[in-house]
Amino acid sequence: MKALAFGAALALSCAAYGQDVAKEIQRYRQMVAEGSPAELFELEGEELWKKPQGPKSVSLQRCDLGEGPGVLKAAYAHLPRYFKDADRVMDLEARLVHCMVTQQGRSREDAIARLFGTADRPSELELLSIYIAGQSRGVRLEPGMSHPKEKASYELGRALYFHRVGAWDFACASCHGDEGKRIRMQELPVLYKPQYARPVMASWPAYRISTSQVITLQWRMNDCYRQMRTPEPDFGSETTVALIHFLNATAHGAPYQGPGNKR
Amino acid sequence: MNRIRRALLAALVFAIARPLAALAAWNKEAFSAKTPGEALKSLGIGDAAPAKDLHIEAPEIAENGAVVPIEISSAIPGTTALIVLLEKNPFPLTARFDFKEGALPFVKLNVKMAETADVRVLAEAGGKYYFAKQEIKITVGGCGG
Amino acid sequence: MAAGPMKMRASLGTGFTDVRVLMTHPMETGLRKDADGKVVPQHFIQNLTVKLNGKTVLDAQISQAVSRNPVFSFRLKGGAKGDKIEVSWLDNHGESAAIETVVA
Repeated sequence: MKALAFGAALALSCAAYGQDVAKEIQRYRQMVAEGSPAELFELEGEELWKKPQGPKSVSLQRCDLGEGPGVLKAAYAHLPRYFKDADRVMDLEARLVHCMVTQQGRSREDAIARLFGTADRPSELELLSIYIAGQSRGVRLEPGMSHPKEKASYELGRALYFHRVGAWDFACASCHGDEGKRIRMQELPVLYKPQYARPVMASWPAYRISTSQVITLQWRMNDCYRQMRTPEPDFGSETTVALIHFLNATAHGAPYQGPGNKR
Repeated sequence: MNRIRRALLAALVFAIARPLAALAAWNKEAFSAKTPGEALKSLGIGDAAPAKDLHIEAPEIAENGAVVPIEISSAIPGTTALIVLLEKNPFPLTARFDFKEGALPFVKLNVKMAETADVRVLAEAGGKYYFAKQEIKITVGGCGG
Repeated sequence: MAAGPMKMRASLGTGFTDVRVLMTHPMETGLRKDADGKVVPQHFIQNLTVKLNGKTVLDAQISQAVSRNPVFSFRLKGGAKGDKIEVSWLDNHGESAAIETVVA
């Protein structure tokens, strides 16, 4: 059989590729997951969680991620949610920055100085995220949906998903809006539909094999907007949190699988 | 696969200052060979018979050539070594595992492949060589993650 | 580069011990260019040793074609509680690291 090069891949018809291909890719993903280095980064994240830092020289272990100070079980699965002390809806990453500033006494500039890491050198936030998310394994995804600000965040996220912006007039839905689409060999899940959102949201944050990086949802939002040719969103902004809220709410009920592995 | 009772892992990581002693020296000549044939010649391997008892478990399609999982097991009696070659890699010889008393002829590893090619595995047993191969297609992904 | 974390899991199967070890290592092929266009020099693990209760049971030589942050699975004959398993590596810079675990 010939090499499955760029051109040949296109010849695989524009519709969703055949069952055999899907099955083999699934087998690939499973074998890779069995030996993923993601676990190593969870260990590093745990160390950072416990490390005293900042002018106040305290660790993050008293940080309340929504389930109580220092409680990690189910914390990730129940985010984003409203936090009274900040009077806003926050996702995991925004909340971690909040704790770094308020509990460790670090400045926001210091806390967000290095947001996204490089190969084998994840950022502090990425390591903390992958560790904390791992503590929600098996817990059903249930972001906050009762507080008025939580509902507003969800609605904003939903509107943003379909809102066209930027130089190319793209919305999330431009790529993630119709079934059966893919970019090269990468399937594009229709994330506003629960059955597609669930398996996807149940595996973030993740270890990205192709770049040996730990990637988080804040990174994903940032990178999607970059690919959409828009200005860079602020880290942990209302926009990004709203989108993450919408996505996790759409995936509501899915048991969190733990940090995943992406291509 | 059998249901495996999970055993505890109390792992202790330590850096060794001294170099590891009594190692099989890294075969620079064989690892620098640019074709599978040259690599096999460097290893002193002539003929190898195809063997059904030499199993390669690997996906036919890899989403990413940077990490291609390959599992190899040999049911050939007396297997003492497993050798892995990636046919179209710039330096095809990728690994050699020498099994001593106490280890089963089994290994799973992740390798880098730049393009669709055959994975060729050789087993050494009783002074003879056997081989098996499988093609793995390397695909190009999209921009997402 | 200092050796990063390693992790090993050893679980008893029927008649064998399944060992999975994760290592942190860039496994640079020497063919890659960094962001500035400079070639990143070769830096990869060349030797692996697996010991069971102090005795070498597996010796491996690997190339730069093994993936970054290598993960290996091995199987050791038999196996019982209290068995001490050690996996160590040596790279082309002469750096090394090891990890030890006891099958419980």
